[in-house]
Formats: sequence, structure tokens, C-alpha cells
Amino acid sequence: MCLGIPGEILETHAGDLGLRMGTVRFGGAEREVCLEYVPDVQVGDYVIVHVGVAISKVSEEEAQEVFGYLQEIQALAELEDTQGPDAVRRANRATPGANPA
Amino acid sequence: MKYLEEYRDGAAAQDYLAAIRKLVTRPWTLMEVCGGQTHSIVRYGLDELLPSEITLIHGPGCPVCVTPIHLIDRALAIAQTPGVIFASFGDMLRVPGSSTDLLRARAAGADVRIVYSPLDAVAIAEANPGRQVVFFAVGFETTAPANAMAVLLASRKGLTNFSVLVAHVRVPPAIEAILSSPFCKVQGFLAAGHVCTVMGTDEYHALAARYRVPIVVTGFEPVDILHGVAKVVRQLEEGRHEVEIAYGRSVRPEGNRPAQQAVDEVFEIVHRTWRGLGEIPASGLGLRAAFAAFDAEQRYPEPGAPAAESPDCIAGLVLQGLKKPQECGVFGTRCTPEHPLGAPMVSSEGACAAYYLYRRRAAAAAPS
Repeated sequence: MCLGIPGEILETHAGDLGLRMGTVRFGGAEREVCLEYVPDVQVGDYVIVHVGVAISKVSEEEAQEVFGYLQEIQALAELEDTQGPDAVRRANRATPGANPA
Repeated sequence: MKYLEEYRDGAAAQDYLAAIRKLVTRPWTLMEVCGGQTHSIVRYGLDELLPSEITLIHGPGCPVCVTPIHLIDRALAIAQTPGVIFASFGDMLRVPGSSTDLLRARAAGADVRIVYSPLDAVAIAEANPGRQVVFFAVGFETTAPANAMAVLLASRKGLTNFSVLVAHVRVPPAIEAILSSPFCKVQGFLAAGHVCTVMGTDEYHALAARYRVPIVVTGFEPVDILHGVAKVVRQLEEGRHEVEIAYGRSVRPEGNRPAQQAVDEVFEIVHRTWRGLGEIPASGLGLRAAFAAFDAEQRYPEPGAPAAESPDCIAGLVLQGLKKPQECGVFGTRCTPEHPLGAPMVSSEGACAAYYLYRRRAAAAAPS
């Protein structure tokens, strides 16, 4: 139900009552999407679309974080393998929880 | 598709699983809140691939599943009113009311139309000025901005033949209800990525602090989910209980402010009954008085007969994570997606339907 699909904005235009609309491409399909809630987006940006309304602009930089975090915990696991769990605890204290919201 | 395929990468998922195995030193029970996450977890078998120390409990985050039966009955009564066009997301059509569902009402002559977007329902009202159009406004915080936009649009257009039957629910009060239960086993949460895309993380800090649980906002693809699990497990292992974002490509800590403003203009916080869970204070959204003209509950009389659930359905226990779907006596026999007795068997995001789709054969093959 909360399904949100990323798509690329191909063009933007004024819709009904001046509502900011755009054509968004999802893989092979294109759809008219309401862009009122993402005022800073431009053609070429990716947005997350839910029931015909864009709810966020995809952050290119943050999109890589999932792989960056994987490397971080892999390094942590390696440390544990070579130096034991105490070393991991020390490392954790030195770099407390990345990216607190 | 960009921003989808890379998060379904099998090698990255395996690497995450290996790293999580190294992180875990003792048993932990996590709950994924959102039905979309439940669907991914069961579809890709992530719960079976994770180390045995980690138990995933499926949460109540499926609006189709938790919309109270009295509102389904109300929707049915409105849809069966002569002259009404009843517009709904497709998921709601097979949700059982006390005696029938919207799909069967449509087969019996009611004008029930599936829409992709609430804005499509406004367009139907404009195109049919002689008919009343009622939209079934269900959903979590993710859907509230779109539904608010439909009401604002109808209001600005001066439409008098458009109204909404509101069944909106909010996630944080449901998390609090789960955490405050004496039977709660949940030690950490994967929070719903699109709910937090709209609302941000403000409401979650107090929950994480009060109940000392890590809450990690998580996406929906398999690698996203493993990313969220890894962050929760690492917090648990290190004795931390913080709010973190593991779906930063969509979620900002402050959420989507323009969307929040529209929701706040149209809706106010109300008490809401959840199907299977009962009433949860301040867990819903209802129309503000300024938009009462668009309130279908005020336009159409309440049906007389009291709502009645199937006595065989254990959906309430499944939605609280206290039972697994296959522990139900009618799972897969008298209750199937074609003939559901309870709402979690309807939507593919409901835990019962997900287990029916992906686990039935495995369950049948396993020795009992």
C-alpha cells in the first residue's frame, strides 16, 4: 500500500488549477505525476512516486550509503577476526553509530 | 530500473548476510512495521537467510488489513446507494465486511471503480456532475498527502459531488501500542521508509528513548532491508537505542514539509479503531471541520447492523506479531486470497497472503 516507485522526470508542466505536474518514466512506462510536494525538482531528477504523487527527490549521494555501510561493517568483522571482539568494542566507541537521524 | 535493480543485487545481499552473521552474538527479535517490507522479506526468504539468532516479527503496517470492519461496512452501504460512484484503491475491493465485500457489491450492480490515484477520483467527479463520487481515503502517512491534495483540489474547484470516507492511520501510536503491551517481544524496529519520507523521524526519538529500542528507518528492496537489519543489530549488540536512517535516498530527518503542511491543513489527529487491534488513541487522521462538506460519513447514514468479524480469524494476533499466519486453523483452507475470512489474507502486503503466496508449499512439505 505504501508502495513508492523511483522514476525519472522527463518534463514538467502546469496542470489543472496550476498544479505542478510532470511526466515521469518508470522503466518502460511513463505516467503523469503531481510534483507539488517536491518544489525543487528539475527534469532529469529522480523522484519517489506514490499513488500518482511524488513524495521525495532521490538523493544520488545517499543512494550509495547502503553499500558504504556494508563496507564499514565488513571492515568491523575483519577487525574482530584478526584482533578479537575487544578490538571491535574499542573501534565502536571511537566511531559511535554512523548517521544518527 | 535505476534505484531499484542495484538494491536487489544478490552478491550485495550475500555480503550483508555474512556481515550480519559476524555481528550477532545472541538472539534478537525485530519487527518490520510495513507490509511492503513483510512482502519483500517473505518473497526473498530473508527471514530464513538471516542467522537463526534473528527473529523477524511482522508488524501491522498494512492499511488494507487494519481498516476497521465498521468502515468497510460503511463503504459497502455507500457504494450500494443508488447514483453513487464509489472510487477505491484496488486492494480494498476484496476486504471482507460483515456480510460481503466491494467486489461482490460491484458484481451485484454497484458502481465501484478502481483508481490508481486519489486525483483520478476528483477527475471522475468532475466528469460526472450529476453523480455523487465517494473516494475511500485509506492509508498511512505515506498516502495522506495525496488524499489531502484530492480534497484541496475538490475544494478549490468548488465540487459539491465529491466526498471522502476517511480511514487514515498513523504509525507511531501503533508502535507505542505494541511496545506498551505486556506481551511485547520486540527489541528493535525497522520503521517504514515511505511513512518517514513524508513525516521525518521527529516522532520516533521519544519512542526510542522511552522504550530503549533502536528504530531504523528502512527501505523495501532486499538489500535495503538487510541494511536496516544490520543497523538495528549493531545497535542492539552495542547497547544503543537510537533513531537512524537506512533509506537516506528518500528520507530526510525533517520529512517532506510541503506534504506535511497539506496534510495538516486538511486533516486532524483522531482516535482510530484498528481492525484486530482495537482503538488506539490519536492513531488516525480525520477531516478538519473546515472540510466537513467533503466528509462522506456526514453525507450518508450509518448502516444499522452491527459489524461482525469471522469468529475463526486470528488476524488480531497475527497483526500484533503474537502468532504466525500458519498457526491459524483456517489458514489456506477456509481462508485463502480468493475467499479471505480476514483482511491480512487480502492484500499481498498482509502477512497471511504473503505466507500463502510464498510459504504454503514449504509448510505443507515440512514435517508437522
